[in-house]
Parts: sequence; structure tokens; C-alpha cells
Amino acid sequence: MQLLICGGTGCRASESNVLKDNLEKELKKRNLQDDVQVVETGCFGFCEKGPIVKVLPDNTFYTEVTPEDAERIVGEHLVKGRQVTDLLYTDPEKKEKIADSKHMDFYKKQIRIALRNCGFIDPENIDDYIARDGYQALGKVITEMTPEEAINEIKESGLRGRGGGGFPAGLKWELTRKSQADQKYVVCNADEGDPGAFMDRSILEGDAHSVLEAMAICGYCTDASKGLIYIRAEYPLAINRLKKSIEQAREYGLLGDNIFGTGFNFDVELRYGAGAFVCGEETALIHSMEGERGEPTVKPPYPSVSGYKGKPTTVNNVETYANVPVIINKGAKWFASIGTDNSKGTKVFALAGKVNNVGLIEVPMGTTLREVIFDIGGGVKDGKKFKSVQTGGPSGGCLTEKHLDTPIDYDNLIASGSMMGSGGMIVMDEDDCMVSVAKYYLDFTVEESCGKCSPCRIGNKRLYEILDKITKGEGTHEDLDKLRNLSNVIMDASLCGLGQTSPNPVMSTMDNFWDEYIAHVEKQECPAGQCKDLLRYEVVPENCVGCTACARNCPVNCISGERKQVHEIDQSVCIKCGACYEKCKFNAIRIV
Amino acid sequence: MGKVKSLDDLKKMKEEVQSRINLREKSDHPENQVQVKVAMATCGIASGAKEIMDYFINELDKRNIDAIVTQTGCMGYCYAEPTVEITLPGKEPVVFGYVDTKKADEIIEEYIKKGELIDGIIPVTYKTIDE
Repeated sequence: MQLLICGGTGCRASESNVLKDNLEKELKKRNLQDDVQVVETGCFGFCEKGPIVKVLPDNTFYTEVTPEDAERIVGEHLVKGRQVTDLLYTDPEKKEKIADSKHMDFYKKQIRIALRNCGFIDPENIDDYIARDGYQALGKVITEMTPEEAINEIKESGLRGRGGGGFPAGLKWELTRKSQADQKYVVCNADEGDPGAFMDRSILEGDAHSVLEAMAICGYCTDASKGLIYIRAEYPLAINRLKKSIEQAREYGLLGDNIFGTGFNFDVELRYGAGAFVCGEETALIHSMEGERGEPTVKPPYPSVSGYKGKPTTVNNVETYANVPVIINKGAKWFASIGTDNSKGTKVFALAGKVNNVGLIEVPMGTTLREVIFDIGGGVKDGKKFKSVQTGGPSGGCLTEKHLDTPIDYDNLIASGSMMGSGGMIVMDEDDCMVSVAKYYLDFTVEESCGKCSPCRIGNKRLYEILDKITKGEGTHEDLDKLRNLSNVIMDASLCGLGQTSPNPVMSTMDNFWDEYIAHVEKQECPAGQCKDLLRYEVVPENCVGCTACARNCPVNCISGERKQVHEIDQSVCIKCGACYEKCKFNAIRIV
Repeated sequence: MGKVKSLDDLKKMKEEVQSRINLREKSDHPENQVQVKVAMATCGIASGAKEIMDYFINELDKRNIDAIVTQTGCMGYCYAEPTVEITLPGKEPVVFGYVDTKKADEIIEEYIKKGELIDGIIPVTYKTIDE
């Protein structure tokens, strides 16, 4: 028997490491340590209900397991063969317990290619990876294929960059291959910076070897002998597992000199990023690795011609690499059979926001937003109404109800006014104000703009200021025109992808939620009740019984009134925190 | 383990380490495997189910039969313990009662290997809620 425990950052934050120790202790107490293996794996994706424990071979899937539950899992399930029912997942709609993860809606519609080993192997043990055909693709490519054949395979698979841009990966490799130089580099972009996105982190934490293997394959295809992984320093667990994986691969001779006895040399080193969003842009990333300021430069020259230290460099994202070994093993045709006409394979999304099943999912390209949000995601939290879904992070846009049945792929998302991005997906409900959402993303962009070019540095700041004015009820129709014009200028004139896409949240919310902008400007109202400056909390005299609950909870003491008398709110002092509204049991506080 | 010097080395190594994850891969498709469930509730264990379970695990391994051996709870046939439920791929589960090592040997040789029914089958007297 085996117990698989999620050791991803999410579950660790909920003490899955303590749980693992406790399970091992309990097993030892009962002298079962030789019969039952405890394996710490990467992310299962179902982070909403973490920590996750999976019992094999009966496939029982326990959710929200605390360290104290270890005794029951061992004592009840392992010894007596009785499932611990209160730890099983409850289907939110049918209200029934589901023991086997295969029967959960969350997993039913997923196809796991990039995440194939996450939540399955022990990421700190190379043998687990090898047992899952690990490094076979590398062996096959180096010993049986020419670089051109391997590049062709990737080209034919239709694999496109998973970091957001969607550039065909095989073509990128070919361009680097064609550049002549004494030294070339393979770079893995692990500078994942979109708010709410954690796809790359989970892959590196759960299956780092697949990225190393793919980088070596890329190295062989492009004549590069050095690989560099640019990873943000905020990902300590991913860094730790990468380091261990690199060491193990070196020990086995799968990295280093003379790999598979063919004379091919390849080694990988880590470079740490300090968490600047712009460093996810490939030229800025390369400058940062060189020790320069993390600022982008004009392309061309592309990195495939002049990259790290001026040498030809292939830069791909973590998820892109994670797909490569599977394509080599199963063939380009197999991969190309999944997905839509121009977007092949699957995409990993980090599902977040007001959705029931927050977590990491992988679906075939062409799956609709509705399937992702309502079938896999389990619908909007607390039975509220769906309003919008934000894809593509600060570079993406907000899609609405009418886009729900659009199949997700690179081109459809761009046509709808958003983009694939790296795969963050944030669900919003009726309580979210779209002007504030646009403002939030602009706040992020202003903070993260490197400041090199003025459209981005100054333009985004002005966009933010106009949005701020609108949320305060001081906006005019002229401001709305300015927003649009300025957005167009920033998109046209900015140097890199950050500025070229930063007005997207503004544009898409204006296109899809024009009414809300108008309500803010014309009526000084926030339909979602979010913009504090446009709100007023009032006492409803008919309902107020004078219980004093509101006055006692008001942090600024602006509510006055005697016991059993109608209370009153002093609007000049009120900070609109909403504490009175939440505490009142008699519906005697209303928002106007 | 030494260094991987060729693709063949890697393939050999994969064979060696395959058993580490066999269990996990099989659990993803239990319907294609022979499944052996040993009732290991108090009644079963008291009648020697643990030995039967060990016997199945070791013998199936020795005889090179790919199977998943799991424990399960009380099936309700406490009078006939130890009980074992065998599911061959594509077939309905069959429950055997009063299983000792001799019977277990017979089950492996006759039913699991050849698909021939033998004495000791308990007729199923209930329906599960899935049906």
C-alpha cells in the first residue's frame, strides 16, 4: 500500500509536512512501516481542499486532512479497512461523498500532459521519474534522431509557447539552431509573475526532472551545452527540488559530459530573479541574468540570434518544456490530435477567485470557459451570479457571460479581447466592480513597469489616475474618451509586451461593462457596491431596535444612539468599512 | 546504481525501478487488472485474513500475475470468514468464503489463471447503490 501526500507549497502551508511525519509515526507505532510507503508528491491541483492524501491501491482521496487526522487514517483505513468518511470530498451539488478522485467533476474533464507526474511521483526521487519513462525521450533524441528530426517533431506537434505569447516552440528552436556561434544557451523562464498564477511553480515542485530533460533535448537540437533556469527567489520549495533534481541527474550521468555515451554535453544552472514582473519578458530576463538591470530591449535582434551574453539563446517557459518529453515519446501526431486547429495539446490553468474549486487544472485546448468554471471549478462561490472571468493576468482582459461558450485557445481569447497569458484564471461574481478590477491591474502594472519607455511609465500612471477618479465619482465623459485614446497610444508605442498589453484590462472592461463605467460617471454610483467613495451606510429607522451591536463594532465610533432607541451614523466620520452592516441582525443598515 | 551510459542502461534501470510506481499506475485503471479484495474487518482478521492477504500478495508476485491486492471492510459474511472477493477484468466480482492458504492456491490456479469457477462461492445477496 502507498499513501501519497501533496507536498506542494499550498498544502505545505496547511501543514502537510507535519501530517507526513505524523503518518509515519502512526505507521511505526503499528509496525506497518514496511508494508505502507509514504510518498510526498507534487501538487494534485485540488488546492481548495488541501492538504490532500491519496490512499493506494483503492484510490481513496482524502481532502482537508489535518496532522491530527493521521491516527484515524492509519487506525481506521489502513488497519481496519474503513474509509474515514468525514475526510472524503463532498460533491457541492449532489451533496454526496465521493471516495475515488476519478468520479469527481474536478478531474473528469482534465487531461494531464504537463502535469502528468504532479501528484503521482515523489519529486525528490529520480527513480520515480525514470519509472515513468523519464529521460527516455532524451535518450531517444540523442541516440536515434538528428537535431533536425527532433525539431521537426516539435514543429509538427504544433506546440506553442505556454508563457503567454504562443510562439511556435519548434520554430524558435530552429531559429537558434540556424544561428552560428561557438556557444549557445538554453534558458527556462520560471519567472512566473501574474497575480494568482502558480502553474510553473507546481510543475517545478512536482516534476522538475521533466523540465531538465526537455532543456537537454533543446540543447541537443540547438547545439547548446549550457542551460539556465531563471527562477524567482520567492519559490524556495521549487528551487530546493530543482537543486536536488539537478544533482541526481548529474549523479546518474543524465546531465553533464558525454550523456548516453554520445559525446553530448549539457548541464543546467539556476539563476535567481528578485521578483520583478518585467523580467518575465525574455530580453529583460536575459539582462537580469547577465547582472544588468532587468529592462527589455528592442527586438530584433531576437534572443535566438543574440541572447545571453550576446550568444544565440532559446527561451521557453516551464510548461512548454514539460510538454516536450511526452511529445517525443508519444509522437507529434498524438499531441496534435488534442486541441483545436491552431492550438494543440493542453493548457494548465490556475483557477482562482470566487470559484468553488480553486486549484490547478489542465484541460485540452478548445474546452469552453463554461466547462472550466462550472464543471471543473464547481461554479461560483456561495451561489452568487457569475459576472466575469479574467484571463491572462495584467496583460489579459475580462470576459463575460457571452464568452462562456467560446472554446479556449490562443486565437479565440485574443479575438474576445483577452489573451491566453500564462494561465491565470480569476473568476468574479456580481459583487465585483469592474472599474475597480481594471484599477487593481493598472496599480500592478504601474508598480511593475521598469520605467525605461515613457508610454508605459507615464501612460499607465495616468490611466490609473483616471480610473481612480472614476471610482471616486469624479469622472466625466471626457475621462472615458481619454482612457480609450491613451490606452491605444500605450499599446502602440510601448517597447515591450508589458506596456503593449497593460491597457487590456481597461479596454476589455470598457467594452464589456460600459454600463458600469457610465453608472460611475453619470450617477456617481457603483452597481456592485464596491467603490467606497460612492457608498453610504444608513440606518433604516423602522428596523432598528437599538441593540447597539453596530455602535459597539464601529472602529471609528461614528454610530450614536441610546439603548432601544434608533441609532444614527455620522457620515462625516464613517470610513465605510461595512462592519455595522455585517453585524446588524435586523436588516437595519442599508447601503445606498 | 551506476551511471547511465547508454539508452539501454536507462531502459534496464527503468525495469528495475518500475515496481516503485506500479501500484500507482495500476490504481489509475483498476478495471484492467485482476483485483483481489480481502475482507479485513475484525471478524476477518480474527479468522486469519491477514495471512491470506500476505499469501495472495506473495504468491501472485511469485507466479507473475499482475494483480491488485487490497483490503476491504466486512462484507457481511462473517460466518464464512476469511472472505475474498475476486474481480477478473470485464467480469462480475465473485466472493469466496472460508479461504485458507489451500483454497487461496486453488483460487489462483483455477479461477484467476483459467477463469474456472470452483467450490466455495458465496452468492451475492445484495445490490450496491451504484446499480
